[in-house]
Amino acid sequence: MAAKKDYEIPEDCRYTQSDEWVRIDNDGARIGLTDYAQSELSDVVFVELPEVGSQIEAGEPFGVVESVKAVSDLIAPISGEVIAVHQALDEHPEWVNEDPYGRGWIVCIEPEDAEALDSLMSTEAYRKHVEERAAS
Amino acid sequence: MSGPGRSGLLFDESTLFERSRPGRTGVQVEPLPASVPLIDPQAIWGAEHVRDDIEGFPELSEFDVVRHFTRISQWNLGIDSAAYPLGSCTMKYNPKLNEVVAALAGFQSLHPLAPDEATQGILALGHALEQALIEISGLDRVTLQPAAGAQGEFVGMQLVQAYHRAHGGASRNEVIIPDTAHGTNPASAALSGMQVVEVKSGPDGTLTPEALAAVVGPRTSALMLTNPNTLGIFEHHVQDLANVIHEAGGLVYLDGANMNALLGVAKPGDMGVDVMHFNLHKTFSTPHGGGGPGSGPVAVRNLLAPYLPTPIIRKEGDRYRLDHEFPHSIGRVHAFYGNVGMWIRALAYIRSLGGTGLGEVTQMAVLNANYLLERLREHYGTAQTGRVMHECVLTDKLQQEHHVSTADIGKRLMDHGFHPPTIYFPLVIAGALMIEPTETESLDSLDGLADSLIAIAQEAKTDPEHVRAAPHRTFVRRVDEVRAARKPKLRWTPPERE
Repeated sequence: MAAKKDYEIPEDCRYTQSDEWVRIDNDGARIGLTDYAQSELSDVVFVELPEVGSQIEAGEPFGVVESVKAVSDLIAPISGEVIAVHQALDEHPEWVNEDPYGRGWIVCIEPEDAEALDSLMSTEAYRKHVEERAAS
Repeated sequence: MSGPGRSGLLFDESTLFERSRPGRTGVQVEPLPASVPLIDPQAIWGAEHVRDDIEGFPELSEFDVVRHFTRISQWNLGIDSAAYPLGSCTMKYNPKLNEVVAALAGFQSLHPLAPDEATQGILALGHALEQALIEISGLDRVTLQPAAGAQGEFVGMQLVQAYHRAHGGASRNEVIIPDTAHGTNPASAALSGMQVVEVKSGPDGTLTPEALAAVVGPRTSALMLTNPNTLGIFEHHVQDLANVIHEAGGLVYLDGANMNALLGVAKPGDMGVDVMHFNLHKTFSTPHGGGGPGSGPVAVRNLLAPYLPTPIIRKEGDRYRLDHEFPHSIGRVHAFYGNVGMWIRALAYIRSLGGTGLGEVTQMAVLNANYLLERLREHYGTAQTGRVMHECVLTDKLQQEHHVSTADIGKRLMDHGFHPPTIYFPLVIAGALMIEPTETESLDSLDGLADSLIAIAQEAKTDPEHVRAAPHRTFVRRVDEVRAARKPKLRWTPPERE
């Protein structure tokens, strides 16, 4: 049994099955990878970002994150237009590991439908989702 | 008894740029006699066609270069020095007979532009290799042109698309790929402009016809199947899977990288496969892992034959010629004819083993993988309860409580004199250690590898810090993989410019 880790899962975010978070702030809906995801991936070395102005679709890949262990798609939690991408990750991919909910943010979008967030997981539901996988 | 010795002499070695000394050369050329006129190339051909001098180009003797590469090769661990159980890569011994045959002057001195009349030998050899691969695959036609496995996949996808376009299926743009396929499969499909539809394997690690039936449709172009899959498990539903795809109007592509588990025993053509690639550099013992180039012939059913790359080798009576007139061909995919040197080695291997010998390759490869799995089962995590084919997958699950990871285990194995297995692949298994011993390792060698992995599992309990800091005995110790990926330094630059 793996040593049980306490993953950070802030209350002000919503979560996907594929381990992205979304948080509504003054700019729009900000999206990143969860603490659990960055810990599983280990050291992130590259993040491929979409273009500002492009449209992302809920459930579809919008970017790629590469770590020393694996390459995985970033899946859009909700649909919308990309209004900002975190270009500084080109130089500092380690921010995804160091501060996944802060400096490690990946894109910010203008949500097509603000209520789409309701279909995503709460902190409590996501914690269960993480624990189920950690136990298997 | 073999294994890492107690002593040895390895050299620190600077780069060729640092070894350079002004005026040192490999050969000394006599000064030109006065009767030879000096010309100004720029005046004749124009400045744009004349290369500038290369600043900082190393100046070395031949002996400097030989010693340099010999010394750095001594830091290395390769198939000629140690077992190399790199899962999915089939790092088998490369018989030296292959090299003897490939070095025959008639092959080695051949010019690629020599006319057919002067190249009957190599054309006959190519044709014989095609025939052998047709027999092994149970398919109808072969192109030897693709440079390696991934290009073979790309060619396969191009052939499939050409077929669909010619049969009113231009809108078929979805390629179905199981989550246990090789990582190159989705890349090859995407590069061919197709949409990838991933389908999950069932509880026993194989794809079920039901799961496949749920994702096929009018846009289905092909299924890309790796069989045995990357868990080393035979896709036992393969014929039903092929039926589901064929009924939906699609074709079945087989990634033949794991042919070392089928060779001489089972034919992909009998399983309903329409198109596949071979990796001559895996299954047929041509060098790879730094020694290549690779070679990735593609075999097809007759229905795809009109689209094969040009030129193709035609046999007419007892003569051979290269046929360039092939109106529906997808075109050329390699300069000249392919990596011809690898055809020679692969045919030498096939002919020296014969049909029976090739079947024994498979039997021994499967036996060796199962032997290792059984010896290691108690000491590592594994999802594999039954028999595997030519490779097995272990995990670091039992080592996690000691904070020892798959990467650490791989690094520590080098201290025992073995190349690490493939790690963190397949992606469907967390912390995977994918081990493929191949048929060419002896029982002594397999036991050495198993004993070492068991010793590492013990050490993970008693001295985990030592495992985490491995390797301890290699010339180059643990490298900073994170910094190498984040801040890659891809070429040497003069110190003053840094």
